[in-house]
Amino acid sequence: MFGIVLFHTSSAAMKAEKALVRAGLAVRLVPTPRQFSSDCGFALRFDWAEEGRVAPLLAQAGVEVEAIRPLQ
Amino acid sequence: MIYLDNAATSWPKPPGVAEAMAGALTRAGGNPGRAGHRLSLASGHIMYDVREALAAFFGASDPLGVIFTQNATHALNLALHGLLRPGARVVCTSMEHNGLMRPLRALERAGVEVVVVPCGPDGLLPVDALAAAATPGTAVVVINHASNVTGTIAPVAEAGEVARRAGALLLVDAAQSAGVLPIDMGRMGIDLLAFAGHKGLLGPSGTGGLLLGASVDAGRLDSLIQGGTGSRSEQEVQPEDLPDKFESGTSNFVGIAGLGAGLRFVQERGVAAIRAHEMALAERLRDGLLAIGGAHGRGCCGDGPVAGGVRSGVVTVYGPVDPARRVGVVSFTVDGLSVSDVGFALDDEFGVLTRVGLHCAPAAHRTIGTLPGGTVRLAPGPFTTPAEVDKALEAIAAVIRRLR
Repeated sequence: MFGIVLFHTSSAAMKAEKALVRAGLAVRLVPTPRQFSSDCGFALRFDWAEEGRVAPLLAQAGVEVEAIRPLQ
Repeated sequence: MIYLDNAATSWPKPPGVAEAMAGALTRAGGNPGRAGHRLSLASGHIMYDVREALAAFFGASDPLGVIFTQNATHALNLALHGLLRPGARVVCTSMEHNGLMRPLRALERAGVEVVVVPCGPDGLLPVDALAAAATPGTAVVVINHASNVTGTIAPVAEAGEVARRAGALLLVDAAQSAGVLPIDMGRMGIDLLAFAGHKGLLGPSGTGGLLLGASVDAGRLDSLIQGGTGSRSEQEVQPEDLPDKFESGTSNFVGIAGLGAGLRFVQERGVAAIRAHEMALAERLRDGLLAIGGAHGRGCCGDGPVAGGVRSGVVTVYGPVDPARRVGVVSFTVDGLSVSDVGFALDDEFGVLTRVGLHCAPAAHRTIGTLPGGTVRLAPGPFTTPAEVDKALEAIAAVIRRLR
């Protein structure tokens, strides 16, 4: 199962991608799944098993996040 | 051909610049920050990587505070029009370029108080005069880091201290200094930094930017233009997020890819090494010019240090004598010769490319005493060789012999 990080801007998504890749997470920028309404055209998909690490890593990198959701 | 106009635009560019731009068009090419498909993401990644590299290079706290603009003038306009409201007070120096003075004069008409601190005839800024002008309540202190006319370096860290004491923001015009002088926004107390991508950073024209330090409240900086950003698209009002608030419309990501390659070259060679190279050439030019002047009437015209620089015979070279207080820009005049005649003959007969006139900086020329005639400006770059400098000096000697 995947999780999705939603952002307000694409630059924030790029910044988050770098921070999570640096921490060793397997992530991928994808078009924002249509069930989510987001401010930004793309979102960051990650392995939901890493859910506990994602928010602290992004906070540490100073990335502003709109929401973090499981992708059903 | 000998290119000595690097202060206007650096040429040639490192080979990686054109390659990076071609790669951005062929291997990326989608609209950055808009769609989620691979070509859009590739363009977006290019832009983000250059933001990150610029933030690290200039000691800025956050890559999202790097706002891309067309050039330094655009960045200065964004900062000044964005920050200054009628009634606000702004302090600048008498060595500024029109990229700064024209927006300031426009704002003055709208009710902004503009205070110009006089610099010495060699362009040096007296810090005590700046401190006296920056009274409490001053909104912005703005400093030209290095003069495009004389190369004079301003005491930016001291200006940062002055601005901090006055409760003002420090805006630095780094058009001539980025890539040739070390700049650390955090350590030098710079709140906003405007830079050009096509000069010392060796990128293509059409690139530049404004870096916002952590001290700047972006909510109090108005956008110059509004429009699509690819974010918060359901809103018809401009978003407040950085950098989107200030980057409406499709970005020049091809140029930015080139800027990234130029910056990589600068970082690989090193700012200190580039500065040492350019200053050695600038000193060679100054010494050569003074020798040529001396050969045409030594002792005729008050040789030695003069108010704005140094005189030898018929030649005057401007700017501080101490090379530690200059970047590699050499301005000179020849008694009795118009600078445009000298510049045209150098290009037409010898293929030596210079910039003559007022260099879009009438305030600086007034300060050094060369208004309205202007100067001939020689600006070597990272790829200029000592042999080219010697050939340029021979050409200058020949032109003076013939025209005088």
